[in-house]
Amino acid sequence: MTETSELTMLQSINEALHGEMARDERVVLLGEDIGHVGGVFRATEGLFEKFGETRVVDTPLAEGAIVGSAVGLAMAGLVPVAEIQFLGFSYQAMHQLAGQVARLRYRSQGRFEPAITIRAPFGGGVRTPELHSDSLEGQLANIPGLKVVAPATAADAKGLLAASIRDPDPVIFLEPLRGYRGIRGDVPDGDHVVPLGSARLARTGDDLVIVAWSYQVELACKVADALTAEGLSIAVLDLRSLVPLDLEAISAVVDRCGRAVVVEEAAQTGGFAGEVVATIVEECFWSLEAPVVRVSGFDVPYPVGMLEDTYVPDEKRIAAAVRQTLASA
Amino acid sequence: MARPTETQLRDILVDMVEARAQGGRLWNLQRQGQVGTVAPVDGHEAVVAATAHALDPLHDWIFPQYREPLALQRFGPEVLEQYMLYNVGHPDGSRLPPSVRVAPIAISLATQIPHAVGLAWGMTLQNEPGVVTVFFGDGSSSEGDFHEAANLAGVLRAPAILLCVNNQWAISTPLHQQTAAKTLADRATGYGIPGVRIDGNDAAEVYDAVDQARQRALHGDGPTLIEAVVYRLGAHTTADDPTRYIPAEELEAAQRDDPITRLATHLASKGLWDDELRTTTEAEALARIDKAFERAITQPLAPDAVFDHCFTSDTPRMARQRNALLEATTATGAAESGVSQ
Repeated sequence: MTETSELTMLQSINEALHGEMARDERVVLLGEDIGHVGGVFRATEGLFEKFGETRVVDTPLAEGAIVGSAVGLAMAGLVPVAEIQFLGFSYQAMHQLAGQVARLRYRSQGRFEPAITIRAPFGGGVRTPELHSDSLEGQLANIPGLKVVAPATAADAKGLLAASIRDPDPVIFLEPLRGYRGIRGDVPDGDHVVPLGSARLARTGDDLVIVAWSYQVELACKVADALTAEGLSIAVLDLRSLVPLDLEAISAVVDRCGRAVVVEEAAQTGGFAGEVVATIVEECFWSLEAPVVRVSGFDVPYPVGMLEDTYVPDEKRIAAAVRQTLASA
Repeated sequence: MARPTETQLRDILVDMVEARAQGGRLWNLQRQGQVGTVAPVDGHEAVVAATAHALDPLHDWIFPQYREPLALQRFGPEVLEQYMLYNVGHPDGSRLPPSVRVAPIAISLATQIPHAVGLAWGMTLQNEPGVVTVFFGDGSSSEGDFHEAANLAGVLRAPAILLCVNNQWAISTPLHQQTAAKTLADRATGYGIPGVRIDGNDAAEVYDAVDQARQRALHGDGPTLIEAVVYRLGAHTTADDPTRYIPAEELEAAQRDDPITRLATHLASKGLWDDELRTTTEAEALARIDKAFERAITQPLAPDAVFDHCFTSDTPRMARQRNALLEATTATGAAESGVSQ
């Protein structure tokens, strides 16, 4: 039996970073405020003290240079793990992320190996200032050459981050702001790796499946549990990674249930939920018993605090979508 | 001071003359529709070739922008071969063998500067000797990546040489519309690093400045910004018509200061250069580029090469796309050859 400890997602991420830095001396951390202070959320706490200033580097305030210099560090044979303080600020590094990090291997036809991980907190619900809560995973998933990972549990945060850092391809690792201290669970002690591209059936069920990732899995499970009490059988599929996408897991559960709701926090148009729906239609059209419904943010910029609860999908909206889908002929 | 020897200067001139001759051939190939858009090296030969000769190809790295490859022979014959693959549009066009310390061409301007600084930083972490030189232009000096990378290099004391080739023009935008600064080298002050401004048409001065910057970097004294002042003697690229914006008299004045003429005159006065040598050098250079071109257009290309090296291995989605492409290719091939399905 693997020993486990109950940790918050934040503690789990910190544990993964400790583990990977101890395991592989090529791993180098860079970002704003990650060293002395241990990160604005304390995700990197204790690493500066343990591994020193050459491996845990407080950089100037320049997202483009953080991501861009990670490319050079990777070319030097290191394994950079960069932090963007909030995903919304990655717009200031998008030219390096989309135009460089994601293309280095392809451009050089495999000569250079961008074994780069970029961590960034994202998502709403904690009343942040502007651009601190934006969900950009759909935009990121549309960048060929970049893997997009979004854990929903404390154990997965550790296991998927370890896998991301060990992956020879570039990974953007999305950490839900609300989950840092709001999600906790049993996390395997010691080495724990969850392979990228393998979705997790968070709840089994036969009537309908809710497909989600990151914090929305937490909400979907609550909805599924509440509806189970009403005698319904609702599955929840946690995608874990958007790229690579586990096509087989999606089609298996949708084929079984025949009805699906997809939840995301981003604006709806062009969002990743649309990609999931398209996949379901392509793969499972003849199994479908009702139109697939999306529960998303609205097609507006992520709003200010007093409008936040209107924008972010909650259990009520998810439950309503589930009932609507179940009621369809 | 480390002035190059006359023999070194002659080697530099050979590279410059070869680059000019090959550039002419490449221009013609583009006009014949045989290669894609080309950015000529005319007017940049001294700064590129002399820089390459001041560096150590075994330990030092070069990040070109996109105008430099023909003048980088010192870093290996593979540079030309790969550049021709690039020009014909073969995916291997940006894959140099691991022994050649030259990064891929950077099409999105200035994006290569943080890469170069990151590599220089990484080399210090790996205790690898060597410096990283990155070429960029006066236009690129307006990009945020230049500023962010120069600042980071200063903070980290990265062993990097930031080599700004100021050729006066960013396509059609003249320097005075690019910056209100008196010189681009002045910007170094803001990053706490040395900035030097040199005559980029003087191969010996370029060699000396790069050598000094290299020594500083190797001694742990950090990066140097070099502004090498030249004049772009040709079009921005084969897609450009500079007669629309470059005053004829200004271009004529620049042509009188052609870096090749200048160095050839100097070496001829020392008995180290003459027209015959130039003619043989050009002929050899053309033979080499013709051979590289032939090799490039006959380089094999797998029908599903479009998927290769995006990731270490295909995602499930890509695997399906690759299979579909291969099936369609096979079906088309069968149909074209008259084989029934």
